[in-house]
Amino acid sequence: MSQIRYFWPFIKLGLSDVWRHKTRSLLTMLGMVFGVGSVIAMLAVGEGASQQALDSIKRLGSENIMVMSVKPTEGEGASTGAERGRLAVYGLLYEDEKRILETVPGVVSTVPARMTRRNARLNERQLEMRVVETIPGWFDVVQRPVLAGRVLNANDMRMRANVCVLTEHGVRRLLAAEEVIGQRIRIASGVFEVIGIVKNETGGTVRAPDSEADAYIPITTGTKLFGEANIRYSAGGMEGEKVELSQIIIKMANIGFVEPGSKAIEAVLARFHKKKDFRIDVPLTLLREAERTKRTYNIVLGAIAGISLLVGGIGIMNIMLASVTERTKEIGIRRAIGARRSRIVVQFLINTCVLSIGGGILGLLLGVSIPLLITFFTDMPTVVQPYSLVLAFCISVGVGIVFGLYPAMRAAALDPIEALRHE
Amino acid sequence: MIIQTTESMRPLADEVVRLDKVMRHYTVGEETVRALDGVSFSMRKGSYWAIMGPSGSGKSTMLNILGCLDRPSSGAYWLSGENVAEMDDNALSDHRLRNLGFVFQSFHLIPQLTVSENIEVPMLYLGLSQSERKHKAETLAERVGISHRLRHLPSELSGGQRQRVAVARALANDPAVLLADEPTGNLDSATSVQIMGLFQELYEQGKTVILVTHEPDIAAYAKACIVLKDGVILSITGEGK
Repeated sequence: MSQIRYFWPFIKLGLSDVWRHKTRSLLTMLGMVFGVGSVIAMLAVGEGASQQALDSIKRLGSENIMVMSVKPTEGEGASTGAERGRLAVYGLLYEDEKRILETVPGVVSTVPARMTRRNARLNERQLEMRVVETIPGWFDVVQRPVLAGRVLNANDMRMRANVCVLTEHGVRRLLAAEEVIGQRIRIASGVFEVIGIVKNETGGTVRAPDSEADAYIPITTGTKLFGEANIRYSAGGMEGEKVELSQIIIKMANIGFVEPGSKAIEAVLARFHKKKDFRIDVPLTLLREAERTKRTYNIVLGAIAGISLLVGGIGIMNIMLASVTERTKEIGIRRAIGARRSRIVVQFLINTCVLSIGGGILGLLLGVSIPLLITFFTDMPTVVQPYSLVLAFCISVGVGIVFGLYPAMRAAALDPIEALRHE
Repeated sequence: MIIQTTESMRPLADEVVRLDKVMRHYTVGEETVRALDGVSFSMRKGSYWAIMGPSGSGKSTMLNILGCLDRPSSGAYWLSGENVAEMDDNALSDHRLRNLGFVFQSFHLIPQLTVSENIEVPMLYLGLSQSERKHKAETLAERVGISHRLRHLPSELSGGQRQRVAVARALANDPAVLLADEPTGNLDSATSVQIMGLFQELYEQGKTVILVTHEPDIAAYAKACIVLKDGVILSITGEGK
């Protein structure tokens, strides 16, 4: 309390000093304003971007492993002319799913899916949709809010029912305002009843297991109706491929099993696949990578902010040195009256801190308003974290003390007799 | 031995200032300048002194030493019973803060502070509370006749008014000695008379006052006079009371 009582007159003095040299103080503070402002703004933008990335990765499920079929690249024999007209057979097999479930430790469940692009029609409207032939378990692993109706169930599987679940986006484009649940639509050669609508994940930087216009049908129905071969006709003949499963999502018991699990799956699959016709995606690894990227990003941001703060601090130090010269006589007077050197140091440190904290507060306002503007104009998410405000304040005080110390020491080192004589 | 000599030099109870063979030498290039060359005298509490001498007589050095801004090269200077020659910078600062009040020729008020704040500066360093400071500043301003200007800045005052503020500030710590360096040097003769009247009042109230001046008519206000020449005392006249 007595400390505050002692410091307050000096804080007041510092404030009135800043006020008296308004233009000079403002220009001096600019370095701090931009330094602190950029720290907060960049942290907010970076945090927003990385949270968006992390969210979409997390929605993939960090305890999941995804295995996809990929067309092998140029195996033995040219697949260009020689294979034209023949069926390309590759990818994951039903057997693979069984092997993974039976041999890899920590696997809770597996969800097979076969994905093809087919045309869906309703009256005169037509939309190319991604048809996901899968099992009810898909909706346990890829958790999305159900907007209307229900998702697939075991009965649909057993009955090989002609039912489909659409994504919100597909519904909007295909069904428009038509009666939604119970509506019959045509997908390729089959007629399906719409039983439910789920919300889907769009945008984001990471590939999500669902896409904009998806139709989910029981895998059993798919096999019955479409088979496993997918043949496309094009000018010059036909091209076909046979893929039993496009994708298997494997849910592990917990995060600890994910990394060893992915290695085990790789080993299991490699034994039965001569060609490398699968790819393993581990969201957890993506998450780790995203976190690493974020860390790198933060280091770069920190360096930039550090440089602008350094420049700002040097600007303040420069002005304070000028101020010490300007106020030499005052220093002499105070010393003659009986102020110890340490009190002169404190006075000038407070003065510097008033400048740097003033700059910090202006920078804080700038740093908070820039992300708001960015979000307003570009829809990019930004997150101003409370700790960054505390950080800004600490930085301001730190800069004030570090860069104020030298001018303050210079002031205190003045000989009172010389200082009094100074004109 | 040394302790014995120091003991023998100890000032008497009512001696507020005592100098014993004070020397102050400066080295300028290869030459040694003897600004003070063995000066001894003492001043009793409540006395009124003038220190005179032409420029180059060691007057300024004497002022700096009496004001605890400088230390003797050798010899002893006792102020309020403590030997200044043995003090370090912090102790010297504290000693000034408790025992000395300065009045300067060019007033030396802090331009950005109001009259009241200027008077409060020593009290601030002494650690007085805000209400104590305010109350005391008002009392002092009244004592020097400046209480109607407390909220003004020094730049808004006349020379005489500024010197009154400076006197009030010098009294703010209840000093043992009031040290005035050419207090009327920047004032016209009418104002000078007023300011000298103020010092006379303070002397009559029991303050110890030391004037450092080269003007004989200002020195004439004091009750005793020391004349310096070439760093030594030419004459001491009077007892100071």
